Amino acid sequence: MPPTEQAPDREVAPPLLEVRDLKVTFAGRIGLGAGLLGRKATQSRAVDGVSLQLRRGEVLALAGESGCGKTTTARAIMGLEPPKEGQILFEGRKISKGLRAYRRKVQMVFQDPTGALNPRQTIYESVAEGLRIHRIHHGPNGETEQQLVARALSRAGMRPPERFFLNYPHELSGGQRQRVVIAGALVLDPVMLVADEPVSNLDASVRGEILRLLLQIRDDLGLAILVVTHDLGLAWTIADRVAVMYLGRIVEIGPAEDVLTRPLHPYTKALLNVVPEAGGLDRPILTGEPPDPTRIPPGCRFHPRCPEVATGAARAAGVEDRCRGEDLGLMELRPGHFAACHLAAVTVGEGQAMSTSQPKR
Amino acid sequence: MSLLSVHDLFVNYRTQGGPVPAVRGVDIEIGTGEVLGLAGESGCGKSTIAGALLRLLPTGTEVTGSILLNGEDVLGMRPGRLRAVRWTETSIVFQGAMHALNPVQRVGEQIEEAILIHHQAGEREAHVRVGGLLEQVGLPPRRIKDYPHELSGGQKQRVMIAMALACNPSLIIADEPTTALDVMVQAQVLKLLKELQRDLGLAMLFITHDLSVLIEVCDRLAIMYAGRIVEEGPAQSVFYESAHPYTRALADAFPAIGEGRFRKAPSGLPGDPPYPQDLPGGCTFHPRCPLAFEACPHIDPRLFDVGPGWRAACLLVDSAKPVLEAARTPGSGP
Repeated sequence: MPPTEQAPDREVAPPLLEVRDLKVTFAGRIGLGAGLLGRKATQSRAVDGVSLQLRRGEVLALAGESGCGKTTTARAIMGLEPPKEGQILFEGRKISKGLRAYRRKVQMVFQDPTGALNPRQTIYESVAEGLRIHRIHHGPNGETEQQLVARALSRAGMRPPERFFLNYPHELSGGQRQRVVIAGALVLDPVMLVADEPVSNLDASVRGEILRLLLQIRDDLGLAILVVTHDLGLAWTIADRVAVMYLGRIVEIGPAEDVLTRPLHPYTKALLNVVPEAGGLDRPILTGEPPDPTRIPPGCRFHPRCPEVATGAARAAGVEDRCRGEDLGLMELRPGHFAACHLAAVTVGEGQAMSTSQPKR
Repeated sequence: MSLLSVHDLFVNYRTQGGPVPAVRGVDIEIGTGEVLGLAGESGCGKSTIAGALLRLLPTGTEVTGSILLNGEDVLGMRPGRLRAVRWTETSIVFQGAMHALNPVQRVGEQIEEAILIHHQAGEREAHVRVGGLLEQVGLPPRRIKDYPHELSGGQKQRVMIAMALACNPSLIIADEPTTALDVMVQAQVLKLLKELQRDLGLAMLFITHDLSVLIEVCDRLAIMYAGRIVEEGPAQSVFYESAHPYTRALADAFPAIGEGRFRKAPSGLPGDPPYPQDLPGGCTFHPRCPLAFEACPHIDPRLFDVGPGWRAACLLVDSAKPVLEAARTPGSGP
């Protein structure tokens, strides 16, 4: 297979953000009696070894069910959750050093714009707050605070910006509020945005416009965007790459087209199976709920729910014992497309071998 | 005869700022064993309709028109009769299963209560029936003794469904039954609802903002905008060949993965849904409509025929031509 054009490029430009083997745990609550008996609280391994990279101008979607650790990963990247292990490097430096400067460059957009805005502050004050916190009185070219706020609002699609300065959040619609939240992030000229379910609280017809705005911002300003979402359809409409998380780990990551149309991991396939569409209910649906991060199964963490194990496909391929007993990390099974699956590791290799041997027949 | 027949339904909420028209002239027909999906964004009036059907709206709300359930007028029912009809003829599954269950009562008792209150069975028989119901919704019968907090979100929603089935209703109103659930659990619950509906021959009114969910479970679809139905017809036609531009936009908001036209191209509508107190003139959708033309701000379109059993409230529909012509001729010239 010829090397892809991307490969050398990746080595030259260092990633903007690099997460290496990130682990975040939460202590479970423990009763007084059990505490006196010397029992320790169970650790909930919310993020259990996540590694990812984000390049400038790239949109990466972090997808998965609730409880998979995607929001905790995003919060750790923002410096809002202390990592237990692992490193988060931004522009090659650890974020724990110079957190304040880092937070200026990396901004977060939350799910609920109504909760994110102070109801007693005007739109102007909400957007200018970031500037004041970071004690920025002028832009790089001598712009006044008012000019910076106006530019941010206008970039977020609130035009003419002056019209909204003195409005309060309750006077705006949900879509407009989310634009104000985005303006509040943009006013600091960040190089990266972390958006946690940026449209799931918005009406269906309004979502598209906000997503289009995020893409626009990326194109105009060259921002990198990490979008946390449960919605694979959303990933299809905006992401360059998609990472699928299950129980604290990324189980598949790669170019959006590959991951969403030629998934390798059975969990990604299961998630795609439940994206609603006509007749979709006849397709197999995983049973049960996502397991408990305090009790992560041994071996491949997905094996207790894995349809490939249940139907015997894993046994037929001779990997079932490894599924049950051997924990595994991501493997590059196609160029730039990684998955953590014993079965895929075998079958994808075979598939390639078969396709090359076929012409000989 | 239809199981449920709603004609010219108007609902005005009474507020300090004056009446708010939430539903403005809606007709709905649901036949025995039929599933109608009612879709629309927040504030379009879809949940108000659910409330109106069983008279669950706040007192003082003005409801006019007619609602016939099995030929019986719901709006004119005496309180006793209404209580009997609720749960035995029509039951409702709400969105927030977590809030609809009593937290200090075992779930089995809560289902049993519905059966006993409606004199559907004696105590012992009711108990047996609850076990059967739980099994029917895919919960192990031992869950009968659980409290709501011991169940997951999906399991609680299953309990709600069991409760809705407890008195053998012929119609179930499901108001956003899967919205608060995770994708995988949502698919499980949808599948369950569809299977129960098929097996028991239930009629259903399925209300949600998520059009893509409806296409999986419904025979017919009705799309609401600003208090009215703007398109109604066979589910597949309405979703895939939408006659109304609003339906098209709503359908595109749920992109098909793998389809090239959605890749890196999120689609949405400019602006926001209108406030019910402050509706635009003419077609209420015209300020956001990508296809609006000069007549749209002036003519309020009724539902025009698009195909068999398929209607849309848009002047671009072929059968709207006579209306457009009529509007142009009399007052032509300035």
